[in-house]
Amino acid sequence: MAGSPTAQPRLSARGLDFHYGDVHAVRNVDLDIPGQRVTALIGPSGCGKSTLLRVFNRIYALYPGQVASGRVLLDGEDILDRRYPIDRLRSRVGMVFQKPVPFPMTIFDNVAYAIRHHERLSRADMESRVEQALRQAALWDEVKDKLRRSALGLSGGQQQRLCIARAVALRPEVLLLDEPTSALDPISTSRIEQLVEELKRDYTIVIVTHNMQQAARISDYTAFMYLGELVEYASTETIFSNPGKQQTEDYITGRFG
Amino acid sequence: MRRMLQLRRNATNLLAQSLAVAATAFGLFWLAWIVWTTLRMGLHALTPALFTQMTPPPGEGGGMLNAFFGSALISLLGIAMGAPIGVLAGTFLAEYAQTPWSARIGAIIRFVNDILLSAPSIVLGLFVYTLVVAPSGHFSALAGAIALGFIVLPVVVRMTDEMLRLVPAQMREAALSLGVPQSKVVLQVLYRASLPGIVTGILLALARISGETAPLLFTALNNQYWSADINAPMANVPVVIFQFAMSPYEQWHALAWAGALVLTLFVLGVSLVARVFVARGHFTHD
Repeated sequence: MAGSPTAQPRLSARGLDFHYGDVHAVRNVDLDIPGQRVTALIGPSGCGKSTLLRVFNRIYALYPGQVASGRVLLDGEDILDRRYPIDRLRSRVGMVFQKPVPFPMTIFDNVAYAIRHHERLSRADMESRVEQALRQAALWDEVKDKLRRSALGLSGGQQQRLCIARAVALRPEVLLLDEPTSALDPISTSRIEQLVEELKRDYTIVIVTHNMQQAARISDYTAFMYLGELVEYASTETIFSNPGKQQTEDYITGRFG
Repeated sequence: MRRMLQLRRNATNLLAQSLAVAATAFGLFWLAWIVWTTLRMGLHALTPALFTQMTPPPGEGGGMLNAFFGSALISLLGIAMGAPIGVLAGTFLAEYAQTPWSARIGAIIRFVNDILLSAPSIVLGLFVYTLVVAPSGHFSALAGAIALGFIVLPVVVRMTDEMLRLVPAQMREAALSLGVPQSKVVLQVLYRASLPGIVTGILLALARISGETAPLLFTALNNQYWSADINAPMANVPVVIFQFAMSPYEQWHALAWAGALVLTLFVLGVSLVARVFVARGHFTHD
């Protein structure tokens, strides 16, 4: 069910269903995610928004018993197809998780980790790539003197920005953010929201958030989900000021959820 | 009415606390006595000679150098045999046993591992005797190391499995979502995150096998002289203590106590190092 935004879709779901074993968590979703915009997925707990997000980089494949059916098109290619190489998918679609999870290595190695796996770079090139990624994550100034120190010494907000740097280091096309600020304090939250505004110039961003105000603040398009179904999808302005469905309005105004 | 209840509760609480303290004191008392006795009996024989001379014939003074060397060699060999297999098996259980089929196999492995973990060490010694010593016709340090390896193996499997499972799922997902294959994620990220725990497991296994006597009786036996030949019987501390303590010779008794003291201090030292490792580990992830 789509009220399609006008910008060119980058990522599209067609007839997407998802099952956790017997539980039907996502029901027949059709969704077009526009490029270079921020799309927010909102809805009450258990509505399937995180599940939907996790289909886009096939991270659910780690868990047997979790099955997705239907199609998800990235620039026209079906990424759910078994033949589509997963490592290529994940270098094009990056993810940042709710809990900041720095790897137990130096800050530099954290950012360089994925690059080293996918590309062969000279030392100078690697250093400039790492710097670029850290600048994009608005973390460079704070860590440029301690790149060789353990990432675990950073504060929560800094660690989450490090995770963002890690994800953008691979220069993906799409960034999936799964409630990236729900474990952070308000100041770190607003820094990351600013960051998302800047990042959308270069990346297509899909953000799951249970914080409606956050969705209203930073997203261009909003998709409201309920019990696994995509109830309404339109520009953020429309959803929040003039929703088409009663359910949407009820959720927005806090009557449930 | 309420006051009565409160008074009774306080009295019960006091009673329970007193019993708990008494039980602790009781346990600690025996521990203190054992440690004190070992110190008292062994300290005076703790001379440089202990570490420079070989085990003597009856009636003479000497040292336990061959025993210390033998124990060190056999224990390290046992670790070298048991730990790598243990880490790999533990990794399989934690990281690769996810599909319905392999999860079933994983459950069976865990169950069998727990049985092996509590197997009496004398049974393991007898097993290695039948498998290695009898066919080859002689006792050997190598057979001893194999027996100790069987004791190390389940400890390391268990520890590795549990430490890897403690790494948060999101770290695993974060690494995989970067397009890095599972084997590299395990080697480069997960092992690093769980290293303190895995090393602790290996250290605890080392502390345990240092004092094992029964399996060595059937395999490495003992050797009066210096030997570095793993295909021959080799002196080791527990068996020497066993032999010397049961003898009627004063000097042998003194040496046995000294050996016991050194062994106790070694195990204490290894356990402390293991704890330090775990403490460092706790600062690396919440």
